[in-house]
Amino acid sequence: MSKVDIAVVDYGMGNLRSVSKAVEHVARGKSVVVTSDPSVIQNAERVVFPGQGAMPDCMRELDARNLRSAIIHAAKNKPFLGICIGMQLLFDYSEEGDTAGLGLLKGGVKRFADKLVDAKGDKLKVPHMGWNQVYQSKPHPLWAGVADATRFYHVHSYYAAPQDSTVTVGATEYPIRFTSAVARENIFATQFHVEKSAQAGLQLLGNFVNWKP
Amino acid sequence: MGLAKRIIPCLDVTDGRVVKGVNFLELRDAGDPVEIAKRYDDQGADELTFLDITASSDNRGLLLHIIEEVASQVFIPLTVGGGVREVEDVRRLLNAGADKVSINTTAVLNPNMVRDAAARFGSQCIVVAIDAKKVDNQAYEWEVFTHGGRKPTGLDAVKWAEYMVSLGAGELLVTSMDRDGTKIGFNNPLNRAISNAVDVPLIASGGVGNLQHLVDGITLGGADAVLAASIFHYGEYTVQQAKKYMQQHGIEVRL
Repeated sequence: MSKVDIAVVDYGMGNLRSVSKAVEHVARGKSVVVTSDPSVIQNAERVVFPGQGAMPDCMRELDARNLRSAIIHAAKNKPFLGICIGMQLLFDYSEEGDTAGLGLLKGGVKRFADKLVDAKGDKLKVPHMGWNQVYQSKPHPLWAGVADATRFYHVHSYYAAPQDSTVTVGATEYPIRFTSAVARENIFATQFHVEKSAQAGLQLLGNFVNWKP
Repeated sequence: MGLAKRIIPCLDVTDGRVVKGVNFLELRDAGDPVEIAKRYDDQGADELTFLDITASSDNRGLLLHIIEEVASQVFIPLTVGGGVREVEDVRRLLNAGADKVSINTTAVLNPNMVRDAAARFGSQCIVVAIDAKKVDNQAYEWEVFTHGGRKPTGLDAVKWAEYMVSLGAGELLVTSMDRDGTKIGFNNPLNRAISNAVDVPLIASGGVGNLQHLVDGITLGGADAVLAASIFHYGEYTVQQAKKYMQQHGIEVRL
C-alpha cells in the first residue's frame, strides 16, 4: 500500500466531502484520501478527524469501523487535526448522551445552558450557528497568517471544557467564553469548521498541512 | 462582540441555470450557478442556499454536479433544497458537498423523514423550509403551504415550526409566500412569532427589495440570518454593501 500524505477519517458522520475538498484545495501536490481503513490512517503522514452529528452516534460508528486504536495512535504520533465533534471526541466524556470519549485530553464536553441571552437581552439560539470571533489565547504555528479575533464558522450545541487550561489556544464567546481551539504537542483541534470558514479557514488548514510539530 | 448575523444569497436553480421569478412564477435567467456562487463568496456571503426548482426529477443529477463544482471552489456553508424526499436524497446531497439540506414539502407529507434524517446525519444539517401565507377566518394567522405555495395544508405555521424543531430540525428557513418576489420586505410579524417560539436559528426569506428590509428582518423579525435573491442577482447591491449597511445600523456582521 502506498503511503498517503493526509488521511481524512470517514466514520459515516457529516459533511466529509466538504472537509476533503478544502484539504485538497490547500494541499496541492499531496495525496488526500477519505478513508475508514485503520491501516491507511496508521500509515498516513498526517490525519484530519472531522465529525458532525451526535457524540454517542459518532463513538458508536468509530467502534463499528474498528477505528478507535488507529485514531488514538495517530493523535499520539503525527500531525492531527480534529474538527467539531472530532475535537469533542478527544476528551474524557460528553454530557451529550452521557458518552465516554477517547480520553486523549482531560475534561468534559458540556451543553450550552438553556435560555441564553446576549448583553442586550436578546435571546441566543442553540445551536450556536454562524460566524463568531475566535480569540487566540496562546500563540501557535497554526495561527500563522490568521489575525486575532478572526471570525470562523461554528455549528454546535456542546462545547469542550478542558481540565488543563494550558491546552486552550482559542476561545469564543456565546455569551460565556468557551474553548474553541485546543493544542497539545502534535494535536490541534477546533470546535469551529475550518473547512467552511472561507479564507481564514483555508489559511489554518494550509498551516496544518505544512505543520512540523 | 459576538455572533454575526448572516447574509445568505439564494440561488434558485433549474436545468443547470440560476433563475428568479415573482411569486414563484415568471422565471427569468440570472446566470451560471458556479460563477454566481464564486462571485457571492468573493463579496463576503456568509453561506449560500441552492433551491432546485426543477419541476421534473429528470434533471436532479445536474444539481448534484453543480454542488460538487461549487463545493470544490467555495469554502463557506452550502445549503441545498428542493425535491428532497427521502433520507437517501439527504445523503446524496451531503456527499456531493452540501453542508445542510433543506426539506420542505416532504416535511409536511412525511414528518418522520425529518426525524430520521436528523437522527442519521445530525440536526446541524437539517433545515426545514416553511412556506407560509397570511390567512383570514382561521384559528391562526399564518398557514403552511406546500408545492411552491400552491397547496394549503391547514397547519398553523408557528405550531408547525415548533413541531419540526421537536423532530430535530436544526434551523428554519421561513418564506412568506405573499411577499416572495414582491420587494416589499420580509413578513416580520410572522418571523418574530416563530423566532420567539423556537430555540434554533431562523432564516428570513421572501420579499427583500432594499437594504433596510435586511435590517428590519433582524431587528423587527428576530431573524438570525437573512436570505435574498434578486437584489443580489441583478447587481442592485453587492453582499458587501448589504453588510456595511447593516453594520451602520448596529447589526453585527462579518466584514
